[in-house]
Amino acid sequence: MIVDAGDTAWVLGAAALVLFMTPGLALFYGGMVRSKNVLAMMVQNLGAIAIVSVVWAIVAYSLAFGPDAGGGFIGTLRLAGLAHPNAQVPGYHLTVPPLAFAAFQMMFAVITAALLTGTGADRMRFGGFLVFAALWSIVVYAPIAHWVFSPEGWLFKRGVLDFAGGNVVEIDSGASALALAFVLGRRHGWPREVMAPHSLPLTVVGAGILWFGWFGFNAGSALASGHVAAQAFVSTQLAACTGLLGWILVERWRTGHATTLGAASGVVAGLVAITPACGYVNSMAALLIGFLGGVTGVLAVSAKFRFGYDDALDVVGVHGACGVVGTLLVGVLAMRGAGAHLLGEQALAVIVTIGWAFTLTYAVAWLVERSVGLRVPPQVEIEGLDTVVHAESAYDFGNVRATRMG
Amino acid sequence: MKLVTAVIKPFKLDDVKSALETFGVHGLTVGEVSGYGRQKGHTEVYRGAEYQVDFVPKVRLDVVVADEDAADVVDVIVKAASTGQIGDGKVWATPVDELVRVRTGERGPDAL
Repeated sequence: MIVDAGDTAWVLGAAALVLFMTPGLALFYGGMVRSKNVLAMMVQNLGAIAIVSVVWAIVAYSLAFGPDAGGGFIGTLRLAGLAHPNAQVPGYHLTVPPLAFAAFQMMFAVITAALLTGTGADRMRFGGFLVFAALWSIVVYAPIAHWVFSPEGWLFKRGVLDFAGGNVVEIDSGASALALAFVLGRRHGWPREVMAPHSLPLTVVGAGILWFGWFGFNAGSALASGHVAAQAFVSTQLAACTGLLGWILVERWRTGHATTLGAASGVVAGLVAITPACGYVNSMAALLIGFLGGVTGVLAVSAKFRFGYDDALDVVGVHGACGVVGTLLVGVLAMRGAGAHLLGEQALAVIVTIGWAFTLTYAVAWLVERSVGLRVPPQVEIEGLDTVVHAESAYDFGNVRATRMG
Repeated sequence: MKLVTAVIKPFKLDDVKSALETFGVHGLTVGEVSGYGRQKGHTEVYRGAEYQVDFVPKVRLDVVVADEDAADVVDVIVKAASTGQIGDGKVWATPVDELVRVRTGERGPDAL
């Protein structure tokens, strides 16, 4: 294989950008929880980086991108432990070192698992989450990545288009979040008690980092530096902007206020919606997809109150719903191949992804809850995870609180 | 001696402090508190979920003054804290039995 210097530089840089999204997510989510749980949220995100990266290198990468084991369902263990780093990734014609590709995809696996911390906010055990994230990466993430991303996967072969993870990351995390919300159950006091964000400035900084990192996520998914990466980059920016506008327009109309949280959420909703489409559509289509993503998001986050599942930070509403919208719109707006046939394949991918992710996540979460435990006891939840689970508090405004022990 | 207590709008604190200094009150204690009266609270919206926030931020200040000054101090605070809008707060005075300056041990009006 021939390695292109420009492509390699871009993919490695993009991988670092995508990694940065997870600490960004820690801020985005950390600001949205109550002040007694902000550190628990952040350390779960850091923990996701650690555990998923390790699992990815040892086994999950091979299951996702190794040679197909048959039927396009799962990869073999030939690449386990990141073996054969100089051999072309099965099915691809990459101009970057396979290890650069493996690193780039590693960051995708990391943030997809990290997204689930948003659903479990305020009540999920740290240790239980790490076990869950490890198993989930193997059982849920790796197969779906194989089906859709690997050229040897069965959905890829059917012609499903998912440029940067509308299925693999967004719908996958959204459907998994719904299952996790069912297994964990509602937070103490939800939905009656006020559970308002404790620091929207943190959330805005987090949204900014996600936005910045998303250029690596989407434009990096071209896996080369060239025309396609440039289109994906521009689509990403335009959709983020119309996502913001769509969200705040609807909430201004519904509640009378354009909110900061709405603007930050709209950015993410637009970015989610454009993710599967960014390299396949033109710039004006990107404007429309982002806008519809923003409108979908603001309407979808109300569903949890209607149906009574406590998806604390709206992973189902933002990532699931907007991911579905973006994935289906590829079938309508793709520059090449749009039409009833492609739309049908996209819809099939949506349904299969939701079915697999929901079912298997439910099983994994249930298993972890029954074995090591996934939810903290009620008194811990009421007192707050930061002081009880992690023996820290995020904000110290006084100096008469404590004396040193020992 | 009287303890004069006022709960006022936070942005009026500087005006009240200057007015008290001009009047001759040297020293007071303030704290950030939350509460509501006829003003009630306000509504906040997060991702479409509306919350009624019952308690609004106020500043509470306490100052001990001589009996003969109490009525004037109350008037000074009321004048400085007033905006004419709902939510301006309240001022009240209560009798004080004992007062000690910690550093010197002075008691009663000497400790003022």
